Amino acid sequence: MKPGYYFWSGDIAAAEGGIFAGCRFYAGYPITPSSEIAERMALRLPQVGGKFIEMEDEIGSIAAIIGASWTGEKAMTATSGPGISLMNENIGLAVMTEVPVVIVNAMRGAPSTGLPTLVGQGDFMQAKWGSHGSYEIISLYPSSVQETFDLMIDAFNYAEKYRVPVIFLLDAMLAHMYEKIYVPSEDSVERIERKKPTKPPGEQLIYEPDDDLIPPMPSIGEGYKIHASGLTHNEKGYPQLTAEAQEKLIRRINDKIRKHAEEIWKVEEYRTEDADIIVVAMGTNARTVKTAVDEARKEGIKAGLLRPITIWPFPYKYIEKYSADYIVAEINYGQIYHKVREYADNKVELLPKMGGELHKPHEILHALRRYKK
Amino acid sequence: MITAKKKSTMELLRDNVESLLRTERFPHVWCPGCGIGIVLNAFLRAMIRAKKDPNKTVVVSGIGCTGRAAGYVNMDSFHTTHGRAIPFAVGIKFARPELNVVVFSGDGDLFAIGGNHFINAARRNHDILVIAVNNFTYGMTGGQHGPTTPTGAYTTTTPYGNPDRPFNIPHLAISLGAPFVARWTTYHLMQLQNSIYTALNRKGFRVIEVISQCPTVYGRRNEMKSPLEMMEYFRKFSVRKDGATFDEMELTYNGKIVVGVFRDVQGIPTYEERYNEIIRRAQK
Repeated sequence: MKPGYYFWSGDIAAAEGGIFAGCRFYAGYPITPSSEIAERMALRLPQVGGKFIEMEDEIGSIAAIIGASWTGEKAMTATSGPGISLMNENIGLAVMTEVPVVIVNAMRGAPSTGLPTLVGQGDFMQAKWGSHGSYEIISLYPSSVQETFDLMIDAFNYAEKYRVPVIFLLDAMLAHMYEKIYVPSEDSVERIERKKPTKPPGEQLIYEPDDDLIPPMPSIGEGYKIHASGLTHNEKGYPQLTAEAQEKLIRRINDKIRKHAEEIWKVEEYRTEDADIIVVAMGTNARTVKTAVDEARKEGIKAGLLRPITIWPFPYKYIEKYSADYIVAEINYGQIYHKVREYADNKVELLPKMGGELHKPHEILHALRRYKK
Repeated sequence: MITAKKKSTMELLRDNVESLLRTERFPHVWCPGCGIGIVLNAFLRAMIRAKKDPNKTVVVSGIGCTGRAAGYVNMDSFHTTHGRAIPFAVGIKFARPELNVVVFSGDGDLFAIGGNHFINAARRNHDILVIAVNNFTYGMTGGQHGPTTPTGAYTTTTPYGNPDRPFNIPHLAISLGAPFVARWTTYHLMQLQNSIYTALNRKGFRVIEVISQCPTVYGRRNEMKSPLEMMEYFRKFSVRKDGATFDEMELTYNGKIVVGVFRDVQGIPTYEERYNEIIRRAQK
């Protein structure tokens, strides 16, 4: 894509951001409000020598991108609601076998079929805990079309660097919203590639980590005779069904994210320095909150906005940092609220919305006025 | 004078087969008398005969007894999730069409939980060889009935006999346009090996069903207490008929097993070949 200004939706920006980051393989199944990502990829990937395939379902889609990633390709899929629920088993496989992939989830009103065309934010906890077991994952969530494009590059960089699936959250509002966007020149961004083995085949253990806890990743066809299994495995990749092997492997795949959490955290802090009350809001919802914060400031209320862009690993130090009270405004019945409560010293209030629309600025303002001194 | 004894052809073959196995992982998990090892052996011998490069071959398995096969081959190999070997393999093949991609998995994995992937991958004609080991049951979990258990058979979840109807796998594969479809039993070692050899030299979605014995949890509940009795059944009741009708391919409880190469057509474009044309158009 030529550098310059474009008028794109969040979906188009997610697709183009992926391609810009180096993604050359997409497998997906259409589902509102993410379908335009698949459509864009079908059009664009073959132009750049990439591959697009529409699979029979979301389970097949994620299986295909995991397989493709093992060949060395940067691979992604996109889905929403029911589709992300179906993908969760193989998200666990990607976590366990440490395969870099990016999964876009355009959140809609839920549960079940819910509100396919309307906004929701009910998938925060699922992004973290969706597959069975205790594991760490990376999840990012932009709030504008520009940020969607920019953050997709980070998503691929994180996936490659940490050998982990990245759940890239969008919401129905952002997915379908068009905004002006600037595409930078090809060489203006850093693209991270997965670490490759330095030892020759035969000497390299497939799951032997370096000091950063991340093992180098050979590709299929390079002679390394990779064996990868969703079973608990040792450094050779061979199944080893013991408590000791479980302890070693699961501790490492959690710690490789936890120990690098601060490198992964991205947070927007808006008028928080002197704030008595900070609203925590994510994605497009943070935009109406920002309007309300500005209005509240005009009324003399010391309000601020804290917007986690990295949802997982949760940027808890930013919550600990402030001694203000918190209002968590999210489009669900309380998810990130619980994380904020876990780390806040003072009062934490939940301002929920069940889905279908963003918080209106006056709803936030109404809650903030209680903090007028 | 003592001279080194020249190795016999059989010994050389065994050495070659062993080079394709992760023998350090032996003993394997399969029960004594299990048929999966016979199928794996046939596959490896066919690989050698077809001179396929093990560094450019990928074996993908799902979950179950047969799903463990990927763990024993000394090639790039993946033990994936239950039912998902085929779409995982599709991702590999589509991304790197130059690789030789083989799915080696069981009947429950491929046709029950993975059935949707099987039919769609066959329809699209991905260039993948599927070796489907059919032992009539879910062995790993203790012998429950599956999508291939013959009607009337006794399993742990059909204690009064199976009311269910099994898949007719060759019929299914042919109906979807799969260009190469064969069925053998573990008794037909040479024929099986020949079919895998042929299939390795063909293109498209190739399906080889191998009827295999599970004496441990299937045979002993169905009047065949030993591996030998199951092999005897395969020997006595199988009939080779390459031009069999779909009805003849149907399997019945302890009944006739029609084996053979039911379809072998060439020249059907694979998905990967058709996508090359898409790339050409997109870049025009």
